[in-house]
Amino acid sequence: MNTINIEHLCYYYDKVQALDDVSLSVIEGEIHGLIGPDSAGKTTLMRILCGLMPTQEGKVSVLSLDSDDFMQIRSLIGYMPQRFSLYQDLSVAENLKFFARLFNVPAGERDKRMQDLYAFSHLEEFSGRRAGALSGGMKQKLALSCALIHRPRLLILDEPTYGVDPVSRQEFWQMLKQIQGDGTTILVSTPYMDEAELCDRVSLINGGKILESDTLTNIRSKWNRKVFSFSAPNLKQLFGVLEPLAESCQLFGNEIHIVIPNASAAQSLDIIKSRVEGIKYRYEEIESSMEDIFLSYMNPGVWRVS
Amino acid sequence: MNAEYMIRTEDLTKVFGNFTAVDKMNIEIMPGQIFGFLGANGAGKTTAIRMLCGLLKPSSGKAMVAGYDVRVDSEAIKRKIGYMSQRFSLYDDLSIGENIRFYSGIYQVPYKVAMERAKDSLKMVGLDLSMKVMTGSLPLGFKQRLALVCALLHDPPLLILDEPTSGVDPMARRAFWNVINSLAEQGKTIIVSTHFMDEAEYCHRLIIMRSGSVLVDDSPRALKEKYGSRNMQELFLLLAGAVNE
Repeated sequence: MNTINIEHLCYYYDKVQALDDVSLSVIEGEIHGLIGPDSAGKTTLMRILCGLMPTQEGKVSVLSLDSDDFMQIRSLIGYMPQRFSLYQDLSVAENLKFFARLFNVPAGERDKRMQDLYAFSHLEEFSGRRAGALSGGMKQKLALSCALIHRPRLLILDEPTYGVDPVSRQEFWQMLKQIQGDGTTILVSTPYMDEAELCDRVSLINGGKILESDTLTNIRSKWNRKVFSFSAPNLKQLFGVLEPLAESCQLFGNEIHIVIPNASAAQSLDIIKSRVEGIKYRYEEIESSMEDIFLSYMNPGVWRVS
Repeated sequence: MNAEYMIRTEDLTKVFGNFTAVDKMNIEIMPGQIFGFLGANGAGKTTAIRMLCGLLKPSSGKAMVAGYDVRVDSEAIKRKIGYMSQRFSLYDDLSIGENIRFYSGIYQVPYKVAMERAKDSLKMVGLDLSMKVMTGSLPLGFKQRLALVCALLHDPPLLILDEPTSGVDPMARRAFWNVINSLAEQGKTIIVSTHFMDEAEYCHRLIIMRSGSVLVDDSPRALKEKYGSRNMQELFLLLAGAVNE
């Protein structure tokens, strides 16, 4: 059963096309990452799923409901928008109570749910603090808690870790895993390529188009390329040798990373060895990063990704 | 102190009341080096950098920047530094040309000289646009390149980048770093302050800070090898992960 099904979705802001023939599905119970840079179309897609914007072309169903039933959809999903959307002048507890009423949480159940959410967010000791006075990481935890107060079956999170430091990001992702463990499906967007590693499946999006949608393991193996890291006392000279032989050649501090197709890797390394004679260097194979892969999808002309 | 260092600090310390924001920092940065300041929010990166820019007086210890003492010659130091942050360095309501003109005024560079330099820099960063284009209409990746052009108007030997490429697409990010690499090759010293570990990979050398202290100071490769970490993210969480709210 798919929690979200999107078929051939297009969206235009006047003449600017924000979404271009987007088709993807989110499977029940998974954490699905929508990975792409700023202005790739992530927010537009999520707002349509939440019923905040109409579908212009294409078909969208959420929890087996058609996007026209957006009032019903809205009551079954939790949505955390990109900008901090809570009331800064209300306390942590007041914000939670406000969202509980908004989503018709029975009065008798509200306090128990708040306790559950405190246990998980560790925000209880700050319950009296104004939301506006919380740190960035705590604001995100509160926003997540507010999105969970009505026990939604699907959680849609728009760049929840934007601008949050790595330690708070890690804590936030641990919370998402816990929510998933309770049976909730999660669609989360992020501009940070490394967060792809934390999702069950990811969709790569750029310029309004879905470039690929699969598990990271499958995306890596389909990619069919190896990444090597080279270092040498004279990096500039080595760079000159490597660049024409690689699909991508990038300087990272004291190292050069090159990407070469699996099929020709052994041959390319032999050629490199013959051309760098006399230059001291060392190299090793390293794991491909999401950025390496994303780049080749963005640049199919150069990279010839089938 | 030896003049060949671009930056050298000795027990550089900043105390606010009873809170030690930077605790006995000892670092050495050479010309042409890309040097990273890493740490979670509140680790002391910004305070340390503000002292190095001459914006904040140290409580104790010493720092020499481009041959000047930060306690004595803070005005001279400010003219040696270009600063670029992706968040608030350009005015969206000004055109590209107006932003350049504004920054040439701030840095006290004659307009003609500034325009010549800007033209060269615009070429270097691959921005081929009319000076009349409004800054607000540019995509993020272009804004970052323009911000860099403005930070280079006074031809500073030291460039400070604050999370320069977070959120931009991977292609724009690599293009940006290629420019930074060639600036470093020309001898400019680059300081990168960030909590994005993919930016850390571009550094020759970096420090990781926690609670005002420098935990480690080495190249990304040496650090990954020493701590057996797969990538910088893992290493960072291992070392800096003990801070919590």
